[in-house]
Amino acid sequence: MIQRTVTITNKFGLHARPASRFVEIADTFEADIYIKKIGQKANARSILDVMSIAAGAGEIIIVADGIDEKEAIESLINGLDDIEGNE
Amino acid sequence: MKGIPASPGIAIGRVFKIDQDISSNTSYEVGTRENELEKLNVAIETSVQQVEEIKNSTLNKLGAHEAQIFESHLMILMDPELITHIKDGINTHGNTPEAIESSTQFFVSMFEAMDNPYMQERAADIRDVLGRVKKNVLGIMTGGIQDINEPVIVLTHDLTPSDTAQMSKTYVKGFVTQIGGATSHSAIMARTMEIPAVVGISNSMGQISHGDLIIVDGINGLVIQSPNEDQLEKYTKALDAFETEKASLKVVIGKESVSLCGRKVELACNIGAPTDVATVKTNDGEGVGLFRSEFLYMDREALPTEEEQFEAYKQAVEGLNEKPVIIRTLDVGGDKNLPYLGMPKEMNPFLGYRAIRYCLDEEEVFQTQLRAILRASAFGKAKIMFPMISTIDEIRAAKEHVYKSMQVLEQAGIAYDKNIEIGIMIEIPAAALLSDLLAEEVDFFSIGTNDLVQYTLAVDRMNEQISDLYTPYHPSVLRLVKMVIENGHKAGIWVGMCGEAAGIESLVPLWFAMGLDEFSVSPSSVLRVRKQIRDLDSKKLMTLVKETLSQENAQSVKNYLDNHKTFNA
Repeated sequence: MIQRTVTITNKFGLHARPASRFVEIADTFEADIYIKKIGQKANARSILDVMSIAAGAGEIIIVADGIDEKEAIESLINGLDDIEGNE
Repeated sequence: MKGIPASPGIAIGRVFKIDQDISSNTSYEVGTRENELEKLNVAIETSVQQVEEIKNSTLNKLGAHEAQIFESHLMILMDPELITHIKDGINTHGNTPEAIESSTQFFVSMFEAMDNPYMQERAADIRDVLGRVKKNVLGIMTGGIQDINEPVIVLTHDLTPSDTAQMSKTYVKGFVTQIGGATSHSAIMARTMEIPAVVGISNSMGQISHGDLIIVDGINGLVIQSPNEDQLEKYTKALDAFETEKASLKVVIGKESVSLCGRKVELACNIGAPTDVATVKTNDGEGVGLFRSEFLYMDREALPTEEEQFEAYKQAVEGLNEKPVIIRTLDVGGDKNLPYLGMPKEMNPFLGYRAIRYCLDEEEVFQTQLRAILRASAFGKAKIMFPMISTIDEIRAAKEHVYKSMQVLEQAGIAYDKNIEIGIMIEIPAAALLSDLLAEEVDFFSIGTNDLVQYTLAVDRMNEQISDLYTPYHPSVLRLVKMVIENGHKAGIWVGMCGEAAGIESLVPLWFAMGLDEFSVSPSSVLRVRKQIRDLDSKKLMTLVKETLSQENAQSVKNYLDNHKTFNA
């Protein structure tokens, strides 16, 4: 299991579109992936979960657990960078 | 029942009710747990197909941006947490529709509770998607506006821009909404699309059922449920008369908007999107007097880019080839909230941080829009107009922004119209009172009566309780208009009007007599106003202004003007 902390800079968090892309990326991996934020835990394959946990700016922890956990984390973090840079 | 007249015309037909709230009285046979789970799976599959179809047809009809929302809807439909939540519900309730309902409430309240307007709005998406799944489980034909394929009158809580965009003019004969006022989005769209409409019928909505025969009287703001023979006959006649009048107006197509005494005015249109240009052309509008650029900023998740805006403005400017298109810079705030800008909620949004006040602070937002407008000005005749001006310093600052954008384009070697006209809206009494000095700074004025009325009379135009106090006939409003026109002319600039009042039949002769140069009205009003102007004779209008302005209140002004609508007799 590996985990990485990332910061959401948009003050409204992940909007529907970037959240969809995040879920799409998560869907391409085998590993269990979830997001943690102060006492909450969200399924990275659920758009509603992702949007609700990343509803504002701040730090979130992405956790992946499974055979492709390393690639999964890399792709998700790159994806987030793209998304945030583009918005 | 009474509502607010939103778009003139009469419609008689069966109701197509788009109900967010699915009645619980539909009979439903509960099966075994396995049956119920299977029903859920089938309903989700059906829903996915339906949303895919809507997405594709939206993509074809309106473009990628408008279709995006359905992409998120699909994602929600296939959300594993949501599906698990509903399945858990089936295990406890044993009943699929109830399980869907309780999951809807769970997720909707979760999103509504978020301290974030953007996420709060997503609650509507969840309700929409799960409402569809529930209807599919219950076997109710999903009533979406895009599914309409026979002539009907649409009845709904409120129409969103995507609803109106998906509405087929062939089948939708009229519409009635529960909320909204004469200047709400639904009302404006109804007039642009020339569909008779009544808005704001409030609680009366519950009394009308799907399939009821009703009459929509968009002229008087009436909705008549289960009309009797007499009413049907009366309205069928009125409908014929309305159609006949509409046909008779066709004779002024291609004619000039010139009075009997030979004074020509410009008769332009108010629009909200470049696609409205088609309606402007069918109605023979002489240009666009108000392009409400805020519509480009609405129903999206982030600011439109310079390219997106440039394309939209260019499309409008090119579409009207060389006829003027006045683009009003972003008028956000007030009743037009853009969640993604994260502007704080205010006690008095109409008196708050809006329009030019916001733009002058947000340099990047303003510059992006100005560059887009300037670039479009190379393709036709664009003009820039600033909203909500109350001081001379605001005009000077806004103009500095324009010059700065020009420099940027200059350096990049991008073409634009160096002589582009710059004007302001006169919609705040302070601006009207100072119009002699403001006129020295600009190329034109456009009087925005919707706000000028509300600010002059201290009447919130969204407040239904005081809607009877909201009237353009108030002598104080008329005095301000006269002052603005005179001050504009003294400084040698032209003066137009782009509020609703510019197209009100009894006021047209008054504005004309006051010397108004340009009338900007809904596309559907162009021909009617032109016909009226062609019958006006200034010799007979000499005393009109003086007589009207000496009236003591709005009612006596209205009575006086109603008796003097035509001057050709």
